[in-house]
Amino acid sequence: MSILQSLVHVLLACTMPPLLLGVIGKTKAAFAGRVGAPLLQPYYDIAKLMRKGSVVSRTTTWVFRAGPVVGVATGLLAVALVPLGGEQALFSFPGDLVLFAYLFGLGRFFTVLAALDTGSAFEGMGGAREATFSCFAEPALFLGLLVLVKRSASTSLSTMLGAHWHGEAASLVLVVVSLFIVLLAETCRIPFDDPNTHLELTMIHEVMVLDHSGPALGIIHYSASLKLFVLGALVVRIAAPRTGNVWGDWGVLVGGMLGLALLVGAVESMMARLRLRQVPSLLVAACLLSAFGIVLIAR
Amino acid sequence: MGLVLAFQALLGRMFAPWNASWQVPLGALRIAVDPLSAFFLVPVFGVSLLTAIYGYAYLGTDARPTSKRVAAPWCAFNVLVGSMVLVLVARQVLLFLVAWELMSLSAYVLVVFEHEKEEAKRAGWVYLVATHLGTSFLFVMFLLLSKHAGSFDFDAFVTMPRVGAGLSAVVFACALVGFGTKAGVVPFHVWLPEAHAAAPSHVSALMSGVMIKLGIYGILRVVVLLREPAFWWGPLLMVLGLTSSVLGIALALGQRDMKRVLAYSSVENMGLITLGIGLGLWGVTSGRPHIASIGVASSLLHIWNHATMKGLMFLSAGSVLHGTGTKDIEKLGGLMKRMPRTAIPMLLGAVAMSGLPPLNGFASEWLLYMGLMDGATSAGRGTGVALFLTVGVLSFVGAMAMFCFLRLIGVALLGEPRSAEADHAHESPRWMTMVLAVLGLLAMSLAVFPAFAVHLARPALAQVVGASVSSKLSTGGLRELGAWNAAVMAALLLVWALLWFLWRNAPVASDSTWGCGYPSPTARMQYTGRSFSHTLSEGLLPRAILPHRLEARPKGVFPIPSALTTESADPVTRGIYEPLFRRVGRSFARLRWLQQGVTHLYLLYIVIAVVLALAWVSLPSWLRS
Repeated sequence: MSILQSLVHVLLACTMPPLLLGVIGKTKAAFAGRVGAPLLQPYYDIAKLMRKGSVVSRTTTWVFRAGPVVGVATGLLAVALVPLGGEQALFSFPGDLVLFAYLFGLGRFFTVLAALDTGSAFEGMGGAREATFSCFAEPALFLGLLVLVKRSASTSLSTMLGAHWHGEAASLVLVVVSLFIVLLAETCRIPFDDPNTHLELTMIHEVMVLDHSGPALGIIHYSASLKLFVLGALVVRIAAPRTGNVWGDWGVLVGGMLGLALLVGAVESMMARLRLRQVPSLLVAACLLSAFGIVLIAR
Repeated sequence: MGLVLAFQALLGRMFAPWNASWQVPLGALRIAVDPLSAFFLVPVFGVSLLTAIYGYAYLGTDARPTSKRVAAPWCAFNVLVGSMVLVLVARQVLLFLVAWELMSLSAYVLVVFEHEKEEAKRAGWVYLVATHLGTSFLFVMFLLLSKHAGSFDFDAFVTMPRVGAGLSAVVFACALVGFGTKAGVVPFHVWLPEAHAAAPSHVSALMSGVMIKLGIYGILRVVVLLREPAFWWGPLLMVLGLTSSVLGIALALGQRDMKRVLAYSSVENMGLITLGIGLGLWGVTSGRPHIASIGVASSLLHIWNHATMKGLMFLSAGSVLHGTGTKDIEKLGGLMKRMPRTAIPMLLGAVAMSGLPPLNGFASEWLLYMGLMDGATSAGRGTGVALFLTVGVLSFVGAMAMFCFLRLIGVALLGEPRSAEADHAHESPRWMTMVLAVLGLLAMSLAVFPAFAVHLARPALAQVVGASVSSKLSTGGLRELGAWNAAVMAALLLVWALLWFLWRNAPVASDSTWGCGYPSPTARMQYTGRSFSHTLSEGLLPRAILPHRLEARPKGVFPIPSALTTESADPVTRGIYEPLFRRVGRSFARLRWLQQGVTHLYLLYIVIAVVLALAWVSLPSWLRS
């Protein structure tokens, strides 16, 4: 991959994520018949938080402050492993898909620990839910990626996502749907979690970060959008066609990401949240879809 | 004490050279070190040295109400270490069995160290029964082998004529039960959580870090001795391994006792090791040398990794017990502030145990994933799909392990103290925390240099899967992974430093935790371990693994005091072993008329037995003449 493309990769990965949140917000506003906040509102929010001071609970230790740090660091590392527009990611090696999945695990580990570090019952509840659902989201993510492993006979994300699909439409659809469900779950969108809810008891992700404030909260918002961006890139790379032209592919990716944000916004506007007990069922359904994909493609 | 330590260190140095091999023929005592033994000797010496240092402080400064004599446990400790070494170097059936038995018995003495407690007594009893049943299978196995080879020497086994399919099946099955019991593979794991929880912590670390690995050593040794694995060994081991890991971690979720959580997590990890060996054997029999070497290499790497991180976890749990006097996670909390020198290594250990980067648990789990995925891509349709689903289950196990350790760390170390004991926790002596730091550093270095560890394991690998096969293993991927682990560590530090620098002047106010409008939260309002795992273990997992509720409700005009206790008994114990042993006990009860308690009668039995034995010996020759 050329230096120019690497530069674009880094720039896009660092600057585009909050825009996706803006698009989602605008879409939801459009569905509700409102004007909505400006597209760039997430950037303003993050910038405002970065300038603020913060309040830290007396109960907490360094683990509480490590939560956002690990979250953003693992997100940035993961984005280096996913190919965006170019043929290759910034870094790739055989087996990087396991590292990719486990980097999210590491981020989650410290986010939940930071929540438990405050000693608040609400945050403990959020942490427990996050950890519980990840037990089902993680196999779903793995099984989805395994379809690609089987197709490309490779365990590196760059090769897996670089290969073209020929006449395996059924598996393709299954895998895209399954990974889209995983994306919604991992980024805590409706129907799994409502990022705009106002009652602590019903939250998952937002309640875990109740005690974070100021710059830490800004970083958390940014990492959340980064996670959406990384997983979105995965889905878009599988679903979107390749133009064959280098910069055309980058265009397709950016367009695809915006389209994905529209789709997430549409899902959020049209669906209600699931009851907490039904969440695992949906994730298991995603696992099954991918498992069928594997069966279809294995021959 | 110091002498003992020095002696151990010396031994460690003496044995450490790889491929060191010498023979001491002394009657039936045949001893040799080959790469496979040497590979297992390293954790035996390393972990026992560290646990001995730790144990010195742990037992020495323990303020017990009744000053307990520690000489006997120390003697047993040394016997345990010595017999483990002997098991590894023994090259003769009798010597091996004696060493094996010595190891089991000395461990028993250590388990019942706190014999005034009901828990320890029961644990010791379960352990003693389990280990002896296991050993009896080993007797059968070795007798069959010796009969076939015509000698009790391991060397003779290597040169013996090819073992028939039937005999090798029986031998392998016996080895699986006998060694599997020691390794704690489901369904032979029931002794493990009991014994590990009851033993003093440094002994638990030694048992979990090293002793149960000798079960794996036994299985590998038998595979080496039988030379040609049958096609069904690999899949059987994989199924057993996967069952162990799922059941082990699912049971770990609900435990309140810190050390039981760790013990069940050992069951899970032994399952992963078994899974890797199974994958390797499948690779051997299906002619996939690449997969064979990756599978066994992942197991070997995980053996070292698990010895380090589980040693670390048990020792830090012991340190918590030392500092607070309880190992019930619902009574702990707030220890990150009160015992930082214990809590930070423990947190590291938890990251490693969850198989997360950038620590060593991730390296071996990654290798296992690679082996499974490569195997699945190259295999035919049915096997391929099965292996892909195995990867899916493995990721489920990984996520549950993360859940389990989040709960352990989050509830026991973070938040506000949940009891007065935890509030008044004191940091453990320097000697103990120093050992923890050393183990933490070891875990980090194994994470950065996994390729080097696998390189050291290569001769042992060649012994198991054959030299031509093991040469196919490339450690290139692992080297890259090690570099990535280092990169992740560096990135975390870098981001932290950067953010700290950017906001060093930002105003920070200190206040109490936001209680959603409630102004005076107390420690009792925190989320507990039970509530943390409630959704997962009580809503989603099978009911069989739920804790039992024992309730005494108040009733009548003068109500009795009510009580509510929960106990989480092992479903395998409850469902299989208890009914089985009851039935066996009943059928033996029918023989009770033989035991009259009259001395004359017993004398008669002896006479009859002697006459019969004489007849057995002399009748054939008499008939011939």
